[in-house]
Amino acid sequence: MKEVKTNMAGNVWKVQVAAGDEVTAGQEVVILESMKMEIPITAEEDGTVEEVKVEEGSFVNEDDVLLTLK
Amino acid sequence: MIKKLLVANRGEIAVRIFKTCEKLGIKTVAVFSDADEASVHTRAADEARWVGGSRVKESYLNMDKILEVAKETGADAIHPGYGFLSENPEFSKRVKEAGITFIGPNEEIMETMGNKIAAREAMIKADVPVVPGKNLVSADEKEAAAVCEEIGYPVMIKAASGGGGIGMQRVDHKDELIKVLPSVIKKAETFFGSAELYVEKFIENPRHIEAQVVGDTFGNVQCLGERDCSIQRRNQKIIEEAPAANLSEETRKSLFAYAEKAAKDIGYTNVGTIEFLVDEQENIYFLEMNTRLQVEHPVTEEVTGIDLVEWQIRIAEKKRISELKERNVSYEHAIEVRIYAEDPVTFFPSPGKLKRWSFPDMDQIRYDSGVEEGIQVTPFYDPMLAKVIAKGHSRSDAVEQLAVCLEKAEVEGIKTNIPMLLETLQHDVFKKGNATTQFVQKYVIEKNRTQV
Repeated sequence: MKEVKTNMAGNVWKVQVAAGDEVTAGQEVVILESMKMEIPITAEEDGTVEEVKVEEGSFVNEDDVLLTLK
Repeated sequence: MIKKLLVANRGEIAVRIFKTCEKLGIKTVAVFSDADEASVHTRAADEARWVGGSRVKESYLNMDKILEVAKETGADAIHPGYGFLSENPEFSKRVKEAGITFIGPNEEIMETMGNKIAAREAMIKADVPVVPGKNLVSADEKEAAAVCEEIGYPVMIKAASGGGGIGMQRVDHKDELIKVLPSVIKKAETFFGSAELYVEKFIENPRHIEAQVVGDTFGNVQCLGERDCSIQRRNQKIIEEAPAANLSEETRKSLFAYAEKAAKDIGYTNVGTIEFLVDEQENIYFLEMNTRLQVEHPVTEEVTGIDLVEWQIRIAEKKRISELKERNVSYEHAIEVRIYAEDPVTFFPSPGKLKRWSFPDMDQIRYDSGVEEGIQVTPFYDPMLAKVIAKGHSRSDAVEQLAVCLEKAEVEGIKTNIPMLLETLQHDVFKKGNATTQFVQKYVIEKNRTQV
């Protein structure tokens, strides 16, 4: 199982994928809002989304897992 | 006379306002969120009250709670600072209804100038030149494309109620328009609560020059000079200076005349800023008006000797501009840099613990800050940590003093834009006073891209 983590604390502004979606390396999967700026979080590897662990509007800390891939 | 003032804000601007209150013998009240319990501004006032959770909606935008605190503490005035509720007409109205003095203009002016479309109409009526543009009645792609076609690409799409550079997007052709339109609409809705958009002709290589105006309640208006704010990233200012370099006296005079005309025509009271774009031929275009104290107000203070917060308070107390005396100043030029918690190359935010934070004591340097060593810089608020303002007997003197100060600054624990600021201050284009709003894109972003 592969994890997509955030490198920054912030609010989840938009979740771009759902469980079962295919993603490719470099694809934007979540957009965070931190210090009034949008931060796109991308997948580092190809895979299928197994579970989205955050909801739009929720707060995440640095290194939190946003979603898992298989 | 105002006896006790509450600042409905945080960080450096709250600290700044408390300083003037102390000078004037006015008692002060700070408000703070969960994230700001241990912050500098909560200790800078005579008393501090909690107003809610870390998110701005729960605290600094919570009108009910702020008004409740004002009543509990017996504050007879509220200063909104900048951002948050500072240009919110409903807040101004509710403050007044509660029998408290609002430090700012009346809500009708705020409402008019806070909407880009209404503001343009007011300026056209006042015979002040505006950038060619049109509003988008609906979010329909076809309508948007037709409007952009009529104005002529490149265009700038903006949230009609926007500000701070958020929700603004340059568009060069129709395909790009179709691609970015949904995102601009969403941003407008999210950040400003309205999907109303506005399309403006994009002015190539302009300078962003603004005029500081002040109006009293007796209809007197005065322009206190201009500020050049051309150095920006993501349409947000980074460096501001007064006076603007290489601006012809004729253009300067026109700018002041337009600013005074604009403020007088709308019956403006309190301090305010009329922002203009000045193109390569020195044509002047009204951009927008900020009906509040601005981040960059210190550069005007340093070259005029006027305490703008004091004037705001005195005007709210119904004093005439003519009663407010100016100090003598010996400095010709002032320049301000904003220290942001961000990566100097990517401009991405850099929250975290501020392990080291030290700036040298220098005669020609003013330092306005809301942070200190050991605090946690949170992701909840704007990344601006402090402003460093240098004054000089000439522009080059001020720039040099500022560069020396930034070279000696020590910051650890988070990234800041200090390296980028130093690079800018030492760049030939900037030193010669020829920077436009494209400077960062042209000389910083492009250079970094090439080096990568």
